[in-house]
Amino acid sequence: MSFWQKIIQYRWDRIEAAISRKTSEDVRQALQAPTRNLDDLLALLSPAGADFLEEMAQAAHGLTVQRFGRTIQMFAPVYVSNECINSCVYCGFNCHNQISRATLSVEEVEKEVMFLHRQGFRHVLLLTGESPQHAPVDYLIRIARKLQPLLASISVEIYPMAMNDYRRLIQNGVDGLTVYQETYHLKRYAELHPAGPKRNYRWRLETPDRGGQAGFRRLNIGVLLGLSDWRVDGAFVGLHAAYLVRRYWQSHVSVSFPRLRPAAGGFQPQFSVNDAQMVQLMCALRLWLPDAGLVLSTREPASLRENLLPLGITQMSAGSKTAPGGYGSKEDVEGQFEISDIRSPQEVVSMIAAHGYEPVWKDWDTGFLNATQP
Amino acid sequence: MTKLPKLVIADRTFGSRLLVGTGKFASTRIMQQAIAASGAEIVTVALRRVDLSDPQDNLMEAIDRDRYLFLPNTSGARDAEEAMRLARIARAAGCEPWIKLEVTPDPHYLLPDPVETLKAAEILVKEGFKVLPYINADPVLAKRLEEVGTVTVMPLGAPIGTNQGLKTRDAIQIIIQQVQVPVVVDAGLGAPSHAAEAMEMGADAVLINTAIATADDPVGMAKAFRLGVEAGHGAYIAGLGRHSWEAEASSPLTGFLRSNRT
Repeated sequence: MSFWQKIIQYRWDRIEAAISRKTSEDVRQALQAPTRNLDDLLALLSPAGADFLEEMAQAAHGLTVQRFGRTIQMFAPVYVSNECINSCVYCGFNCHNQISRATLSVEEVEKEVMFLHRQGFRHVLLLTGESPQHAPVDYLIRIARKLQPLLASISVEIYPMAMNDYRRLIQNGVDGLTVYQETYHLKRYAELHPAGPKRNYRWRLETPDRGGQAGFRRLNIGVLLGLSDWRVDGAFVGLHAAYLVRRYWQSHVSVSFPRLRPAAGGFQPQFSVNDAQMVQLMCALRLWLPDAGLVLSTREPASLRENLLPLGITQMSAGSKTAPGGYGSKEDVEGQFEISDIRSPQEVVSMIAAHGYEPVWKDWDTGFLNATQP
Repeated sequence: MTKLPKLVIADRTFGSRLLVGTGKFASTRIMQQAIAASGAEIVTVALRRVDLSDPQDNLMEAIDRDRYLFLPNTSGARDAEEAMRLARIARAAGCEPWIKLEVTPDPHYLLPDPVETLKAAEILVKEGFKVLPYINADPVLAKRLEEVGTVTVMPLGAPIGTNQGLKTRDAIQIIIQQVQVPVVVDAGLGAPSHAAEAMEMGADAVLINTAIATADDPVGMAKAFRLGVEAGHGAYIAGLGRHSWEAEASSPLTGFLRSNRT
C-alpha cells in the first residue's frame, strides 16, 4: 500500500469539476467546520473561495499561532551538485542545458556549511540534481557525517532512492526528506519530464512512502506552481500530506508550494499563479492540515514574504544560493533558478522579529539520533 | 487568610504553583517578562531548542538559573532511548539532574507514549535524575510512575497547545486522589479559569505555555494565570463547599418522622 493506490481513487478531472462547483455557501461551511473533510478542502481551494481570503487568512493565522506559536524556523539550502541526467523542461539543471556544472568535494560542502553556520544556521537542506554517478549515496553519507558536528538538523532534497539507501542516510545523521511531485497531473507530468528516471511518476510519488518507511523524522512534499491548475494540484498535495500524516504517524509532514522562477532553458509557465491565489492555496492548506509545516523559500520576493509570514508559514530560508559552491567555495557555477528575495539572513531575521515573530535557528538536536556517537 | 502551603517537589520548596514553558514566544524579551510576571519558579526549556555547548545560547542565557529552576525537557523524543540520551546530554552539559520527561512519538498531537515513558522513567530515576513525566491522564500509569520513583506526575488536561481546558477532568480527579507525589496538570489549559479549576480539584500545580506565549499580551496573561492558580489553590485549601446536585427540598419527604414525634 502506498499513495499510488490512494491517488488512483481520485481522478484529476473529477476533483477539478468538484472544485468548480463549490459555492460561497460551501466555503462558509468549510470555514466553520471544526474538522474538515475533502469537500471542505475543495471549497477552500475553489474560485468561490477567492471571495473569502480575509476570513481564511484570519483562521489560518489563528491556527498557526496556536500550534506553532510566534516562531519561524530558519533553514538554508546547500546545493552540492548540479549534475543531472533528467530533462525536466522547467529546470535549470536540465541535462540539455549548456551550463557550468560541478559536484562539490566533501571539504567544499563543509566550507559552505561553515559559512552558513557563522550566519546562525543550524538546519540545512542538502540538494543535488539527479546523477547517482556524481552524487552517489556514499558521497552523501560522507557529507552527512562531516556536517553532523556543526548542525542540529540535516535534510536532503535529492533524487528518489530506494528505502534501504534512505535508511543508511538516516543512520548517518540525516533526519529530513524533501521531495516534490511537481504536479500530480499524470499526463502533464509525462510532458514536463520527457526523459530520465524522473519520468517515472509512480516511483517519485511513492518516494515519501519509502522515506516514511525508512524512518525520516520530517517529510516535506510539494507542488511546483505554474505547471498545472494550482487548485487541483493543491487538493492532491493536501490529500498526499494527509495520507502521510496518518500512515507515517511518527514523521512530521510539511508542504511547500514553490512558484516557478526564471531558469536556464527559459521555460514559460502555462498556469501562472498570482499572489492572491498563492494566499488562497496557503490558507487552504493550513486549514486542512493544522499541524503541518508550511515552507516559504527565497523564490518569493521580499515584500510578499513579509506579507505571507503571519498567514501560516512555519519555516523560511534566507540568503539562499542555488548553485553548488554558491556560498563561496566555487565561482561561476549555474544555479537551479534565480532567487527573488536577495536579502541577507540578518536582514530577513530582523524583518521576522519586526513582525513579532521569533526566528528559531535550532529546533532539533542530533542528540536524538543514534548516529551521534561516532 | 492563612498562609498557603508551599509546593514541594523532591524535597525542594517552591513559592509558586505555576510552572511555565518557553516555547512559542514572539521574542526572548517578551518571554522573560512573561516568566517574571507569572511568578513561576520552575521554567521548562526544550533541549532541542538550545545549544548546550554554547555558553552564549540565547535561550539558556535568558533564564536566570539563580532565580528559576531550569527544567530541561525532552520534547521531540520519539522513544525511551532518545529521551534518555537527551537527559544525559543535558546533565553532562552541567544542568541539574531534573528532567521533564516527554516521549511523544506522534509529532502532530504530541500525545505521550505511556510504555516508553515508563521505561525511560525507571532507568533515569536509577541514574539519579529527578523525573517529572508528561503523561496522558491515566491513573494506573500515574501509580506505576510513582512506584518507579518519579518526583511528580504531569497529566495533560487536553492535547498540548489546544487551550481546551480540563477535558480529562474525571481521570485527573482519580490521579489526585490516588498518587502521593505532586500532580502537575501539564497541557491544554487555555484560560486562567482552567488553571483555577485544576487547582480547586486539588492539583498541586499547573504548567502553562501556549496560552501565555500566544496571547495578545503574554505578560498580562501570565499575571492572570498567576492569579488563577492562586485563587484555585486558595479555594481548595479553604475547603470548597460540596456541590449539591439539587436544591434542598422545601417539604422534605422524611419530614413526617419529625412531626409524628411531637
